Amino acid sequence: MTSSTLTLDLLADWLRRFAAIIDENKTYLTELDSAIGDADHGANMARGTAAVVTHLDEATTIDGLLKKAGMTLVSTVGGTSGPLYGTLLMKMGMATGSVVELEPDQFGKALRAGLEGLIARGKTELEDKTMVDALSPAIDAYDAALADGADLWDAVDAAQQAAAAGRDATTPMVARKGRASYLGERSAGHCDPGATSSAYLFDALADVIGT
Amino acid sequence: MKKLINSADDVLADALKGIEASDGNVRVDHTNRVIYRAEAKDSGKVAIISGGGSGHEPMHGGFVGLGMLDAACCGQVFTSPTPDQMLEATTTVDTGAGVLHIVKNYTGDVMNFEMAAEMAADAGVQVETVLVADDVAVQDSLYTAGRRGVGTTVLLEKIVGAAAEEGQDLASVKAVAQKVADNGRSMGMALTSCTVPSAGKPTFDLPADEMEIGIGIHGEPGRHREPMADAKSIAKQLVDPILHDLDFTGAPVIAMLNGMGGTPLIELYLMYGEVVALLEAAGIKIERNLVGNYITSLDMAGCSLTLVKADDELIRLWDAPVKTAGLRWGL
Repeated sequence: MTSSTLTLDLLADWLRRFAAIIDENKTYLTELDSAIGDADHGANMARGTAAVVTHLDEATTIDGLLKKAGMTLVSTVGGTSGPLYGTLLMKMGMATGSVVELEPDQFGKALRAGLEGLIARGKTELEDKTMVDALSPAIDAYDAALADGADLWDAVDAAQQAAAAGRDATTPMVARKGRASYLGERSAGHCDPGATSSAYLFDALADVIGT
Repeated sequence: MKKLINSADDVLADALKGIEASDGNVRVDHTNRVIYRAEAKDSGKVAIISGGGSGHEPMHGGFVGLGMLDAACCGQVFTSPTPDQMLEATTTVDTGAGVLHIVKNYTGDVMNFEMAAEMAADAGVQVETVLVADDVAVQDSLYTAGRRGVGTTVLLEKIVGAAAEEGQDLASVKAVAQKVADNGRSMGMALTSCTVPSAGKPTFDLPADEMEIGIGIHGEPGRHREPMADAKSIAKQLVDPILHDLDFTGAPVIAMLNGMGGTPLIELYLMYGEVVALLEAAGIKIERNLVGNYITSLDMAGCSLTLVKADDELIRLWDAPVKTAGLRWGL
C-alpha cells in the first residue's frame, strides 16, 4: 500500500525517518567528514534532526511543519549543514502554503524552491562536490518521472536512485566549496558527506511512502 | 581518547561553566552559549562580536573584555555557532553605534553570520562584517572556498577592539578591521592530528616521522606531508610562503608565533627564535610580538606563524590597554 499524496502526517513521518537514518549512520557520516572535512557532520546532523523530531507533533499545517523543522536545524546544527538544510526546509515551507496535503507535483515545486534557496545560500554549483550533487539530480528525476505520467511511488523511486547516483558521483570530484576545497586534489577519492546525508532524505521519503 | 571531560556531548556546556567560574570580567549566557563582558561598554561606542567553533581557546571567549570583544558566540567543537546565537549577541551588545562582526572565512561561519546579519538588520541594528582570510597555505581561487581565517583573527580582535574603545564610529572601526585583514598572513604546521571529542579518535593519521605543512585549525589535513625536519627548516617553511605572498619590509610588523594546543612553550620560543633570525635576514623589523597558545586546535601539536604589516596607527591601537583572560596589558 503506497500513498498517492503527501499529507502532513506523512511528511512528519518523513522527517522522523530521516532523523532515524541519520542517527543510524552518524558514525559513518563523521568518518566521511574526517577524510575531507572537520569530522563533525554525523554528530551535528544527529543533534539537529533529533531536535526536529521533538517538534513534529506541534505542526498543524505543512508549511508550519517545514518552517519549524528548518529553523530548528538552523539553530541546532551549526556548521554549513545547519544553514543549508535549514534553508532547504524553510524555503520548501514557504512554497507549500498553509495546507495539510500536497499533490505530488506541488511537493516537487516545494523541493525545487528549497533547492534554489540552498544554492543561493551556499553559492554552490553542480560538481562542487556538495549536497547539491545529490539533491539536484534527485529533484530533476522526480519532476521528469511525474512529467512522464509516473505516480508518486515511481517518482520517489526515481529520485532515490538519482540521489544515490549523484552521491556516488561525488567520489572522484575535486571539492570547490566548503572545507574540503582546501585539500585541492586530495579531496578526490572520497565520497562527500553532505551528498551522502542528502541522499538519506530520499531514502527516508521512499521508506515512508512505501509503507 | 583520553580527555578531561565528562561526556563528549557536554564539553561545551561544561567548559562554559568553568569559564564563568574562572573569569570575573565575563558573564555567560548558558542558554544561548554567548560570553559577554560582565560590565557592558559605554553607550555610543561600537560593539565588537566574534565567534566560531569551540576548541580554539583562548579564542574567542578568552578575548572578551575591555579593549577587545563585547561578546563571543560559542559553537560546538569546530562547528560554527548559529544565527540565533549571533542575533541574540548582536542585539544585546549594541549600544546604538552599531556592531562589527569579525568572521573567519569558513563556509559555515560565513553563512551563519550572513543569516544573523540579515536578521539583525531586520531588527534595526547596524551591522558591518569583516572577513579574515589570511592563511597562505590555501591557494585563493574561484575554485575553493577561499583562504581560511586563522591567526590574524587574534591580532585583529585586539586592534579593532581598541579602535572601538576609543570611540571610533562603525565605518572607521570597519576600515581598521579591513586594514588588518588585508595586511595579515599566516602559515601553520602540525606534528600530530587533534582528536575531536565527539569523534573519539584522531581526525587524521600522521606517522611519527612525518609532519603536515599548511595545516588549518580544525585538524583538516594541510596541503602536503613531509618527512620530519629540524626547527630551522620548519621555520623556513612557515616564513617563506608568507613573505612570498606579501612584502613585509619597510613597515613595523606584529608577529605571533602560536601553538596549536599540544606543543610545549619551550618549543614555541625555540621556533620564534628561528623565525626572528629568518625575518631579520630578510630585512623585516618585528615591532611587537606574541608567543604562546592563542588560537589552538584542541590537542594538536604544532605551531603557526602570523605576521601583520602594521603602521603607526595599528601599533598605537595594539599598545592600548586590554583586559581579557587571553591578553592583558596597559592597565
